[in-house]
Amino acid sequence: MAAQSGPGFRNSPSQTAQEPAQLILEDIHLRFGGLNALSGVSFGVKKGSIQAIIGPNGAGKTCILNCICRFYQPYRGSITFEGQDISHIPTHRVAELGIARSFQNIELFRGMTVMDNIKLGHHVHMHGGFISGGIYLGKAKREETRVRKEIEERIIDLLEIEAIRKKVVGTLPYGLQKRVELARALAMKPKILLLDEPMAGMNLEETEDMARFILDVNDEWGVTIVLIEHDMGVVMDISDDVVVLDFGTKIAQGSPAEVSRNPQVVEAYLGSEAAAHSKLGL
Amino acid sequence: MPCGLFFSSYEKDDAIFQTTWLKAWMALLFVILLTFPLYADQANALLGLNLTNMLNLIFIYIVGAHGLNLLTGYTGQISLGHGAFMGVGAYTAGILANHGWPFYLALPAAGLMAAAVGMVFGLPSLRLRGLYLAIATMAAQFILDYAMRNWESLTGGSAGLIVPSAGLQSLGLDFTFDSDRSFYYLALLFAVLATLYLKNLTRTRTGRAFVAVRDRYLAAEVIGVNLFKYRIMSFGISSFMVGIAGGLWAFYITIISDEHFTMWLSVQYLAMIIVGGLGHVLGGIFGAIFFVLLPELLRIPAEALTDVYPNIFGIFASLREMVFGLIVILFLIFEPDGLAARWHTVRAYWKLWPFSY
Repeated sequence: MAAQSGPGFRNSPSQTAQEPAQLILEDIHLRFGGLNALSGVSFGVKKGSIQAIIGPNGAGKTCILNCICRFYQPYRGSITFEGQDISHIPTHRVAELGIARSFQNIELFRGMTVMDNIKLGHHVHMHGGFISGGIYLGKAKREETRVRKEIEERIIDLLEIEAIRKKVVGTLPYGLQKRVELARALAMKPKILLLDEPMAGMNLEETEDMARFILDVNDEWGVTIVLIEHDMGVVMDISDDVVVLDFGTKIAQGSPAEVSRNPQVVEAYLGSEAAAHSKLGL
Repeated sequence: MPCGLFFSSYEKDDAIFQTTWLKAWMALLFVILLTFPLYADQANALLGLNLTNMLNLIFIYIVGAHGLNLLTGYTGQISLGHGAFMGVGAYTAGILANHGWPFYLALPAAGLMAAAVGMVFGLPSLRLRGLYLAIATMAAQFILDYAMRNWESLTGGSAGLIVPSAGLQSLGLDFTFDSDRSFYYLALLFAVLATLYLKNLTRTRTGRAFVAVRDRYLAAEVIGVNLFKYRIMSFGISSFMVGIAGGLWAFYITIISDEHFTMWLSVQYLAMIIVGGLGHVLGGIFGAIFFVLLPELLRIPAEALTDVYPNIFGIFASLREMVFGLIVILFLIFEPDGLAARWHTVRAYWKLWPFSY
């Protein structure tokens, strides 16, 4: 627990008692065989904020998202979302609570069109079953049309993907696939959006577009964002709060400016001070 | 002349048949199908085939192939037990009909019974995928096959079970579907219903969830798709359809025995949807047509050569299985997406003809 007392430590569950965070991770321990992937990670995510998680490769950033999504079962610790303990609910129920995510390696349904992929994001908000859907009169037809209209006018319009909405996802370039994955996550009407390296492998223009979309979603829809990202420029620019992980422990937390000045972060994450300054864009 | 398709409402954009031409072609196809029995005799005499019988078999196989396509093509779960599930449907319909049930009640009961059995044998799909699931469902095939042959008090064993023809007597009508020609309309109705059902299901919520389970089950879970529920549901709907096909088969052939519902039929169903096109609604249709036509097409060269080589008919008959296997292998290599994909390619070509670039 010594790691938690670093100078950047802030916003811990105990310190934000007056205003409980929307998502609280408390003392998460995750182990694969003999490997400790996460050892005692705690932090809270404030409603409506953009929370970044950074750290070197293998620090356990994606493991945290996988714990929240219930792919991994931590052997100790609890995850609380809006006052409800979610550490033991089944994976498919997480979506119903309003937690959406995108993946580091794109996890779209490649054989389907962009439209169908986004509609799938709406799955938990629809009610059609295998009988009404198979008959496709009345209820199912109205629901499909309503959802189509909503997606077209809210999500496709926002993310500027009108031109590709009938294309098969597998045929699209990487940058657009990332955008479609964001669209699918948005169709889930999330309260909190977990983005695992949304800018990875993108050129400058695509990165800027993606950053703009994330800010739009956060700003206009009031969706809380948890962002894992290696592009330090983006992290420093858009996030409200940064958690720094190294070898499965949290080594710092604070505003981008605080974190980038933290000597422990500079040492552990970025190596020498000179390299750190160039990487952090200072 | 329009240079593309434009729609002014989401409903029009989501319609199955979007253009006037497409609607016209479909209407024409339906008129031909509905009036076919009127000139069936002339056509049969002309071609030397029993076309009505072939079409009836095609329609029955379409219902079953759509069922397996939903499970294997859309949900990505292989089943080698569908031959036996068809048998469950056939025996259920047959036994109920012998107890005096009218066919319009016996057929849904056949579907429900097959669905129940299919869901039980689909339970391993929660843990098993791919080859392992294939082996698990193959076990279903052998268990059910054994039951059909040896539970003689129920199924009549290898002597077979005689089934009365489907009739409308209980509705006060003196009509029996006891000829190729009268059964034609019954089979056509079910083939059309099954096709419409599959098309509609796969473009709505449930169908999309099936494809999500097939393509990336982890992502499917994250977006809130209950994997267990949809895997089992897919087994249920799929077995229901193949059970209906079995019921139709029983009322058409009117004598059923275990010999028809063996592993060979399961493999044939799989081959049908592979050749037709996995995950395409047209796949089941093309596959069923192909596999009913194939033996007839193999007969023609055999008969033509009988004068020269009297033994050739026997050789060709035994070659049937080999040709069957060869065709499946060739399809897997050269057109893994099946005839349906070929059909789309051809249509796309003509859409732009003569300016194909």
